[in-house]
Amino acid sequence: MNASTELTSRPRPAESRSGAPAGRRKQTGAQRAGGIALTTLTWVLGLAFFFPVLWMALTGFKSEAEAYSDPPTLFFVPTLEQYRSVFDRGVLPYLLNSVWATLISAILVIVLATPAAYALSIKPVKRTQDVLFFFISTKMLPVAAVIVPLYVAAQQLSLADNIWTLVVLYTAMNLPIAVWMMRSFFMEVPKEMLEAARVDGATLPQMLRQVLMPVVLPGVAATALICLIFSWNEFFFAVNLTAARAATVPVFLVGFITSEGLYWAQLSAAATLASLPVILAGWAAQKQLVRGLSMGAVK
Amino acid sequence: MSISERRSPGRRGPARVVAALLTVPVLLGACAGAGDLGSSGDRTRLTVAIVANPQMEDAMTLSSQFRAANPDIDPVFVSLPENEARAKITASVATGGSEYDIVMISNYETQMWAENGWLVNLQPYIDDNPEYDDADFIPTIRESLSYEGDMYSVPFYGESSFLVYREDLFEEAGLTMPEQPTWTEIAEFASVLDDPANGRSGICLRGLAGWGENLAPLGTVIHTFGGRWFDEEWNAALDSPETAAAVQFYVDLVREHGQPGAATSGYTDCLTRYSQGQTAMWYDATAMVSAVEDPSESLVAGQSGYAPAPVQETDGAGWLYSWSLSIPETSEHKDEAWRFIQWVTDKDYQRLVGEELGWSRVPPGARLSTYEIPEYAEVAGAFAEPTLRALASGDESNPTTLPIPYEGIQFVRIPEFQDLGTRVGQQISAAVAGSVTVEEALEQSQRYAETVGQTYQG
Repeated sequence: MNASTELTSRPRPAESRSGAPAGRRKQTGAQRAGGIALTTLTWVLGLAFFFPVLWMALTGFKSEAEAYSDPPTLFFVPTLEQYRSVFDRGVLPYLLNSVWATLISAILVIVLATPAAYALSIKPVKRTQDVLFFFISTKMLPVAAVIVPLYVAAQQLSLADNIWTLVVLYTAMNLPIAVWMMRSFFMEVPKEMLEAARVDGATLPQMLRQVLMPVVLPGVAATALICLIFSWNEFFFAVNLTAARAATVPVFLVGFITSEGLYWAQLSAAATLASLPVILAGWAAQKQLVRGLSMGAVK
Repeated sequence: MSISERRSPGRRGPARVVAALLTVPVLLGACAGAGDLGSSGDRTRLTVAIVANPQMEDAMTLSSQFRAANPDIDPVFVSLPENEARAKITASVATGGSEYDIVMISNYETQMWAENGWLVNLQPYIDDNPEYDDADFIPTIRESLSYEGDMYSVPFYGESSFLVYREDLFEEAGLTMPEQPTWTEIAEFASVLDDPANGRSGICLRGLAGWGENLAPLGTVIHTFGGRWFDEEWNAALDSPETAAAVQFYVDLVREHGQPGAATSGYTDCLTRYSQGQTAMWYDATAMVSAVEDPSESLVAGQSGYAPAPVQETDGAGWLYSWSLSIPETSEHKDEAWRFIQWVTDKDYQRLVGEELGWSRVPPGARLSTYEIPEYAEVAGAFAEPTLRALASGDESNPTTLPIPYEGIQFVRIPEFQDLGTRVGQQISAAVAGSVTVEEALEQSQRYAETVGQTYQG
């Protein structure tokens, strides 16, 4: 209803744009009402999106019986029992594997994507469009279609259940997206700036590091974070190509899903724990991230 | 990498990049074992692939005792939900992958895999250890895990199917559960006890698509109605009048007196509903008892009666299923693997679980002697006897009134069944949802089954 008020009141300020103070006050009043409506809507939407996450975090502090009671338990005595059992089941090695695969692949992606994006934006190579299309076309084959060849290859090369297999796959998986993202960030950089640097006698590495990088850093951070999130949450390769040595956190999480018993509270505790590193990384890079994401968007 | 950067804060130029890049492999080499889940030192490391279930959880907890008694062996567990575990284990064993030393499989796979030469024959190990007493395994389970008389996997736990019902509601309504109910009787009870106004359905039956979901209970209904998947000549028989009657009955019952949203409801959903008092009856795996009778999880603990799987044309209908442990041929530590398997499936292990974790948590349905333990009988009084009876009556060779070319009660023991069963399960689920009729669902299913049957006719 608030939204409709906002809509119908819109023409009025336009009519009185000629400048009467009363009109302006009217405009601000209507705008304020609209603003409040929009803020409320944003909050409602925000909470609606956040609610499942909040519920997961809350459930992690419940007992198993409270976790699946119907109607849901809202008030309960929090317990750390579930977190204790998650640690008892040995979540740490899985976390280490995840950190390892995620970080190394993200570093590799950035190292490889930077020159590629440079060559596709600032100093475009021949047939840039074709190259870009080639990159993105590697994402078109469903992963399920390649899992058997990958599995057999990993077996033959003695790379099954090896964390390096995941590092390579995650790098390959994220590289096309990273190249595309970073290219759009590089396109934002004014050519004049780089020309000025060249006139001042900067070499290519100097120009890259001292002129280009500071400008596109938010974009690089955003790209790196996206890569981190994708690799951190990756399940399909991890579950199919690892066993005891190289399994990552998502593989650990599904161990709580059983067909004969309910471990909702434990699963929630483990899932909360698993999402913390990504949330923290996002939090730390918040400023860069917002700048980076809007940088690519506004063209 | 960060270390090298910190050590050379003032350095500029490509040298720094090169130094940083060179540091990566060095660090990687140093940390190559960082993610290694539990390093074993000079001990033999056994990788054990298991299906996540409460009984295996307990085994993981108690494995510290195995380690203490066998300091040279270090079992490491890979625990996954049923579907993922089955897919992974099948892929690994079938391609000769050597990731696993012990795999948890069922009586569906054991004989097929033994025939393919993928599993180690465990009979010599069993015969070398007379105190292991394989004659103590429940005979039907033992048989379903044997190929040409030798056991290729040994049962960790076994289950059949039966019907759980609320004794208090039956009493209130003046109903009596017969010693051996028929499906017609169950349908009548369900219509009396169905009380949607109070959020209670007459019965809960799985509708969720999957060969291990809705097709498990439905499979037993098809067979007890005199239906079959294939006739002796491997002609698909899903459109036969008996099968059609069975499927129509199942779909009608769950649509009329079953739980709301039945098309997407599987074992876990029915368990929740029954434990929360939202359904009066439930036909499913005997493994349900540990949750149904646990007062911390269930609101209806102590109020339930158990009846054998309802029948129609046959004498018994309960299914037969066992999670069992076996050693893939590719394992490099077969003897050590056997020592762990022996420990976890031995009579002593049952006692260990009872004493350490509680008698209600003893894995049921594997050994006859479990049912002779007085402490177990005390906690399992309500369901021990029905479980054992259901297990003992499972007949995988003759589940229906007509001759069949396959073995299995709730499944057809052919490799194609996982796929066929899931496709047919999807058709049935659609019929439960009401988006297709039973005739349409069976017509489509018949076509799927014909394709599979043809490969056995040549």
